[in-house]
Amino acid sequence: MKTNQKILLQFGICIFLFILIGILINNLTINLLRTGLGFNFSWLFKPASFALAEHPLPYTSSDSYAWALFIGWLNSLKVIVSSLILATFLGTLIGFARTGKNSLLGLISAGYITVIRQTPLLLQLMFWYFVGFLGLKDNMFIQIKNIFNLSNQGIEFSGLTFSSEFLALLIGLSIFTSAYIAEVIRGGILSVPRGQWEAFRSLGLSESKGLIRIIIPQALPAIIPGLTSQYLNLAKNSTLAIAVGYSDIYAINDTITNQTGRAIECFIILLFSFLLLNLLITNTMEIINRLILKSQKYS
Amino acid sequence: MRRLFSAMVVLATLLAGCATTTQDNSSRLKRIKNRNELICGVSGKIPGFSFLKSDGSYQGLDVDICKAFAAAIIGDSEKIQYRPLTAAERFTAIKTGEIDLLSRNTTFTLSRDSLGGNGLTFAPVVFHDGQGLMVKKESNINSLNDLANKFICVGSGTTTEQNINDAFESISLPYTPIKYQDLNQVVAGYLQGRCSAMTSDRSQLAAARSGFKNPKEHIILDDVLSKEPLAPASDGQDQQLADAMRWIVFSLISAEEQGITKSNIDEKVQIAKNNPQLKPLRRFLGIDGGLGEKIGLSNDFVVKVIRSTGNYGEIYERHLGQNSEVPIPRGLNELHNKGGVHISPPFN
Repeated sequence: MKTNQKILLQFGICIFLFILIGILINNLTINLLRTGLGFNFSWLFKPASFALAEHPLPYTSSDSYAWALFIGWLNSLKVIVSSLILATFLGTLIGFARTGKNSLLGLISAGYITVIRQTPLLLQLMFWYFVGFLGLKDNMFIQIKNIFNLSNQGIEFSGLTFSSEFLALLIGLSIFTSAYIAEVIRGGILSVPRGQWEAFRSLGLSESKGLIRIIIPQALPAIIPGLTSQYLNLAKNSTLAIAVGYSDIYAINDTITNQTGRAIECFIILLFSFLLLNLLITNTMEIINRLILKSQKYS
Repeated sequence: MRRLFSAMVVLATLLAGCATTTQDNSSRLKRIKNRNELICGVSGKIPGFSFLKSDGSYQGLDVDICKAFAAAIIGDSEKIQYRPLTAAERFTAIKTGEIDLLSRNTTFTLSRDSLGGNGLTFAPVVFHDGQGLMVKKESNINSLNDLANKFICVGSGTTTEQNINDAFESISLPYTPIKYQDLNQVVAGYLQGRCSAMTSDRSQLAAARSGFKNPKEHIILDDVLSKEPLAPASDGQDQQLADAMRWIVFSLISAEEQGITKSNIDEKVQIAKNNPQLKPLRRFLGIDGGLGEKIGLSNDFVVKVIRSTGNYGEIYERHLGQNSEVPIPRGLNELHNKGGVHISPPFN
């Protein structure tokens, strides 16, 4: 009787899922037919006829929609990778401060984590952009020997320019993610048995040396998976770029949807471009994870 | 166990029910009447066109057009649910059926009107606008040429973005657009000095400027980059609703041509009833001819519309006239016999 019930339950769930998916697909087809829009990707090769403020590769408004999307993807990649590095660096420092013996540093970092985690990211981005960067008025800019320029147009550093949109997004994303990363690091460090701390102290190693050589290697297997999921969140959060005027893939997709009316195709492209980005991140992290486990086995 | 299973069956049938409503191919006009409420997509952020007042009501020219539709279709200009939409959301909202129609400063273009494009259909133009540029007076920028290599704040996902690009390409000068998702951000970016100029429809520039601390420090350049005929829109597959919308807008213009206003409409109806020889007026007001029925409305829809909103001129005067908060000279928006371009085909 019991096994019968189990089979019936599983059968029921299968039917339910089947019906659900069927209804969704049916809905989509009917609505596509009703609006007279078939699936079609040929518009991708028509000229985009809009300009972009930032493009890592040459781009003009007579280039195709496909090229514009690719530029957007590169812009996304640029901001994701740079804030990923900055967030990891910041997060590690704060995580150490939070677990360290210095109670003032511990208090400050606890406050930082609390404030950053309790406020919405969108608000923080708006703050960095409209208050942080655009708050620097035209006439108020900081200049150091023609090498470093800071104004409301962004930062110019020995020939390289970073727009205020990019910087606001970079800082906003990094600070937001660093608070979460700090907690992941702290969790990893706390997962190492207290005996290990006592052991290295009794061997006469200094606190910092012990932390780096004894504690961190043992904490890493607990840190990496948490870190991966924070990186994935960061990648997805980068779509908030649209709020601060940065031309990432989402913002460009938005413009194209509006110009071409191909909402469903554009959603599909967006879906796959993020899938690609996130698979890149997951796989890289998986490789790093494996390398760490391997090195620990033989050491 | 059995309870769980039956719950799933109930849920599945409910979902199937949802699916069948979207399969309903009857005109939206009928559905609006059955629902006894019109769902109208507006902007909600543009003074003079659609703006949320402090008492929670929407006001403006676009809102009055919604009211005219509700008065004609349902018979009550207050039975409206407003949906504030961003420029990027608006077309998806029509295509998914979330809203019945859109009355939200939407430019009438070929791509949007066609089945191969956005698949909408447009009612007649309710406001003729043009894209312009606003700069700070102190910047000494006087024309498009002075803006070469400068940053310009633009709203994304609109024709604005394409027009500014076309304008600069035609004079072969480079520029950099900073794109924001809505007008408030464009204004903030411009006021904070991120851009040397902001571009939008001239009506929107005037509306935005009315809210600045020192409106006189900003000028709208003489360059007009585009024709921006703003018109209400609905789903291109629904001919019946499109017809009704078209003739409701024309009725507003025709009423102004004939001097029929909110205050004299009842008098005009009496005159028409008593004088069988006034054929055109009798047809227009639905006493003869049965015109309303042909477009799925009641024969006296014009009377209902004028009673609730007044004619086109009255709507314009109320929201954009000289004594309103956002005064914009009528210009092209005058009637055809007064130097403008508004004209109504005959109600025959």
